[in-house]
Amino acid sequence: MDILLNNIEELTTPVAGFVMKNESMATTKSTVTGESAVANESTVANESTVMSEPVAIKRRTARQLGHLDALESEAIHIMREVAAECAHPALLFSGGKDSIVLLRLAEKAFRPGRFPFPLMHIDTGHNFPEVIEFRDRRAKQLGERLIVRSMEDSIRQGRVVLRSANQSRNAFQSVTLLDAIAEFRFDACIGGARRDEEKARAKERIFSFRDEFGQWDPKNQRPELWDLYNTRVHPGENIRVFPISNWTELDVWEYIAREELEVPHIYFAHTRDVIRRDRGLLPLSHLVQLKEGEQVESLVVRFRTVGDMSCTCPVQSTAVSVGEIIAETAITRITERGATRMDDQTSDASMELRKKEGYF
Amino acid sequence: MSAIESISFDHTQLLRFITAGSVDDGKSTLIGRLLHDSKSIFEDQLSAITHTSHRRGMESVDLSLLTDGLQAEREQGITIDVAYRYFATPKRKFIIADTPGHEQYTRNMVTGASTANLAIILIDARKGVLTQSRRHAYLASLVGIPHLVVAVNKMDLVGYSREVFERICNDFATFADGLSLSNIAYIPMSALHGDMVVERGDNLNWYQGMALMDLLENVPIDHDINLDDFRFPVQWVCRPQTEELHDFRGYMGRIESGFIGVGDAVQVLPSGLTSRIKEIVTYDGLLDYAVAPQSVTLTIEDHLDISRGDMLIKPAAMPHVTKEFEAMLCWLSEQSLDPRRKYLVKQTTRVVKALVSRIDYRVDVNTLRHEAAETLKMNDIGRVALKVHQPLAHDPYQRNHATGSFIVIDEANNNTVAAGMICAAKD
Repeated sequence: MDILLNNIEELTTPVAGFVMKNESMATTKSTVTGESAVANESTVANESTVMSEPVAIKRRTARQLGHLDALESEAIHIMREVAAECAHPALLFSGGKDSIVLLRLAEKAFRPGRFPFPLMHIDTGHNFPEVIEFRDRRAKQLGERLIVRSMEDSIRQGRVVLRSANQSRNAFQSVTLLDAIAEFRFDACIGGARRDEEKARAKERIFSFRDEFGQWDPKNQRPELWDLYNTRVHPGENIRVFPISNWTELDVWEYIAREELEVPHIYFAHTRDVIRRDRGLLPLSHLVQLKEGEQVESLVVRFRTVGDMSCTCPVQSTAVSVGEIIAETAITRITERGATRMDDQTSDASMELRKKEGYF
Repeated sequence: MSAIESISFDHTQLLRFITAGSVDDGKSTLIGRLLHDSKSIFEDQLSAITHTSHRRGMESVDLSLLTDGLQAEREQGITIDVAYRYFATPKRKFIIADTPGHEQYTRNMVTGASTANLAIILIDARKGVLTQSRRHAYLASLVGIPHLVVAVNKMDLVGYSREVFERICNDFATFADGLSLSNIAYIPMSALHGDMVVERGDNLNWYQGMALMDLLENVPIDHDINLDDFRFPVQWVCRPQTEELHDFRGYMGRIESGFIGVGDAVQVLPSGLTSRIKEIVTYDGLLDYAVAPQSVTLTIEDHLDISRGDMLIKPAAMPHVTKEFEAMLCWLSEQSLDPRRKYLVKQTTRVVKALVSRIDYRVDVNTLRHEAAETLKMNDIGRVALKVHQPLAHDPYQRNHATGSFIVIDEANNNTVAAGMICAAKD
């Protein structure tokens, strides 16, 4: 197995042509805009007739339904089960790409009716302003109710005590989230977590039971068979539901392309002041103090995830369209969280520990 | 033009499989090898496990660290729950349910197996077919996994011997004769050295069959889904009651099997009332036809009383509608089955009170012999008769997984305590 160590060169070989070959519909955006970062792959040739008619692709007259349709149908089924079996569900919407996909899936599941649940965001106070603006606009567009509960309130109430004002607030979201769950007596929270994100999440059920303290017990999870979901809880307990558990980062972007979903601008390449710290780039903001020897650099970057500004790192990228992001994602050699979340790199079990405390 | 020609689901794009084997069969190494040789390990994952391996004083990278996600697993060096892994090649996307091999976690294998198209059963070439290999094969057949791969691993440790491989194949085939397993492939391999996993390698030239990845990419799975019997369990009734949609009444759900077209006659179960499909509504517009496993909203010509838990079907292919049926039960809970107690059964979108009225037998999963039993304990599998307080529309599990499967819930603690597979009715 020593070969693994010497093989990093080889690992950089892209998974050639996967995007184009399997999901021609997904790349509408890149075709329409003429951004042909992915169009160099040889497999594109066969698709040329389809590619020249983006409108037809958009209407999905192609009668062969593929893996995105299978994932979509699974997610719709999950959301409808929540609506039917849970008394007080909510959908966690942060303005990030995964929860943007959740909203489209909720539209597919419940239109022409209204959503049978409100949207809820736990605002750390450290969110990117563009994302908050997008969050409010999207909720308004949909005409659905948005509940925002803020960590600032939890701090004021003494429910959250921080070591320093600027430290990452990611882990403390759980307190505000659990308080909000109690306030609204939510028995189910739909979230956009995916199993490919992190190794503790890889072990989590789609319907993930939390006890009255909001805690996840990974060693004692309810068996989950077929797609017969057990949604039953006692008062005070709740279920976290992850309809896109089986989606990968690439699936999410392909779906965003296919559905032509708007995402906050910070997902696209832009020039930003950053600092190199540890192994990542840290965006300069009022939350970041320059340490000795650090310099501010102006780089072209984009975010792969949008979270707490103090620990969410951008990656260097020139991708300015969804099609280019898909091309980048298809060949990336770094996981989404590995590239972007400093709080996950603290230990092997950071995510697991946070989840046991009630994190989504 | 038939409906199937006008719209179809390309199931071949997504393959779900499970890996079953014991701690020492090299299962984690095999998954690591599949991910590594298909370029699906990310650099930060590799550097994290390299770091951990070195900290523990290992000279080489322990690929099993990739799949062991929980703290207790890393501490104890075991796998205690199903982990899901995702990778893709230009031909297919794959979801691996990595299930542990210990006896006490049989329930996890059943869990992972319930949604799998294919199972890989690992056998250590030095040890041959063991009790647990038989157990895994039996579980795969019980849960109705359409394709089975017997991966005879560690061939490097038996000198890549063809005789050893063939003896193991014969042993396994003899045992499998008693099971309903139709598609079994046998592959000799060395996950450690990468022979016959993704690459063929140079050591097994006597073997003419497909390497594992070749098989995973090409195994035909488009016939795995039942396209004959239309089954539409109603999940949710959509009544917007807005001005423009005042009378709209849509039945939302997923087509579990078969297909449906506008104008088709449908029957509502259990009431037996009939109507015709008026519209197939989706967010993306109206459809003429829809096919499993699409999630859609159906409207019908008549005003009928239909609610969650009802099932729409085509009268030409009727399921059984009964309050009593027989099933194979796999008991998953530490608390044994108590035949005096009422449980809840969830089948499709219906939840009903249920009683186990009879335990016919328990299966010894090692010998497949039937034994008399008063109860079923955790990891026991047995044939039982159930009575439910409202009629269920069901098919034999072997014909239709979606309408033949159910879970049993303990109302006292809300745990899922058993998985059930409905047996064909005796004439």
